[in-house]
Amino acid sequence: MPTMDQALDEVLNLAANHFKVPREKLSPDDDFFKALGIDSLQTLDLLTKLENHFHVELPDYELQGVTDFRTLASKIQARL
Amino acid sequence: MSSLIAKMGPPTEPPHPARRTEQFQGQTLSWSLNSGIIELALHREPNNEISSTTLAELEKFIGALDELSRKAHALIMCSTLKSGFSAGADLRELYGWIKEYGRAEVANHARGYLERIHRVMNVIDACPLTTIAAVHGVTFGGGFELALVCDLIVADKMARFCFPELRLGLIPGYGGIPRLKRDLGNAVIRDLLLTGRSFNATKAQQIGLVSQVVGEGEALRAARATAVQIGKFDRSTSATAKKFIKPIPYEELQREIDLFCELIARPAVEMGLKKFVESMDAQPYLP
Repeated sequence: MPTMDQALDEVLNLAANHFKVPREKLSPDDDFFKALGIDSLQTLDLLTKLENHFHVELPDYELQGVTDFRTLASKIQARL
Repeated sequence: MSSLIAKMGPPTEPPHPARRTEQFQGQTLSWSLNSGIIELALHREPNNEISSTTLAELEKFIGALDELSRKAHALIMCSTLKSGFSAGADLRELYGWIKEYGRAEVANHARGYLERIHRVMNVIDACPLTTIAAVHGVTFGGGFELALVCDLIVADKMARFCFPELRLGLIPGYGGIPRLKRDLGNAVIRDLLLTGRSFNATKAQQIGLVSQVVGEGEALRAARATAVQIGKFDRSTSATAKKFIKPIPYEELQREIDLFCELIARPAVEMGLKKFVESMDAQPYLP
C-alpha cells in the first residue's frame, strides 16, 4: 500500500498527465479546479482516472467540497 | 431534344425512398447503415443533453427502423462527442416547462413528453436487431436510460454512470428503474438510485450492467467487432432468443411515468432544477 506521500505524488502525476499540465506547476495544496482548469464533468474524468489507477471506489459524495490534491489523496488513502 | 437534355445534364430523380432512410444527419443525432450495421450517433453539444429536438429525431429514427431492419442485423448507439455518451435530459428545458406551464400544469405536459420518449425506448428495446450501446465518459440519467434499452453495453474504461435524478427531487423518467430491475438485483438498484452516486465502467461490469470494458477510445471499435460477430448468426434465431430473454416491463414503465408526473409538480423539483440551472458551482453534477 502506498504511503500518503506516495499516493499524493501519484495523484499529482496522474492529474498532470491526463490534463496536460506541467507537473512542476502543481502543488499538493492547489485548488485542482483552478490548477488544472477543469469543470465538473472533467472532474468526473479525474475521479475515474484515480479509481482505475488505485483500484478503489470513490463515492462522489465523499468528495463534495474537496478541492485540493492533498485532501483528495487522503480520501483515496482511506479506501486502499 | 437530345441537345436540350445534354444542356440540362442528366435528369435528376428524387432519391429512392429506401436510400433516404439509410442515412440521416440531424441537429442532435445522425444514423447510417453499412454492411448490415446501423450506427446511431449522438452529437448535440455540449454533452448530448436529450431535448425535445433529440426526441423528435429519435422518433424519426424509429419511423425508419422497420425499413432499416430489413437490411441490418445490428444497431450500435454511440456518441461523437468527447465529453461522453450523454449527460441525460436537458434540465434547462425541463425547468423551462415548469416556468412556462406552472406546477399545476407541468405534469400534463411531462406526461405527453414521457409517453413519446417511452414509445421510442420501447421500440428500440423490442426491435429484432441486436442492439449495442458503445459508451464513454458521462453516461448519466436519460443517457444511461438510453444505453439500458440496448441488449449489450460496451464501455470505455473512462465511462461513468449515474442516476442523479433524486438530487432534483425526481426519479428517472425514461424507463431507467424498470430496465435496471430487469437486469440487476434490487439492493444494487437501491444503492444507485438512493445515493445518486456515479460509478465507473469496472464497477458497472462487476454488477452485471456492462458486457465489455475496453481501453480509452475503443468502445465503438469493440462494438463494431461485436456487431460483425453477431452478423454470423441466423437473424431470426437471434431475434427469437432476444424476445425470449429480454421481456419489456410495460406495466412498470407506465407506473414510472405516473410517479414521475406526480413528483414533477412538487416544489422541491422546481427548487432543485433552479439550483442546477443557475449554479455557478464547479461541481453541479456531484451531490
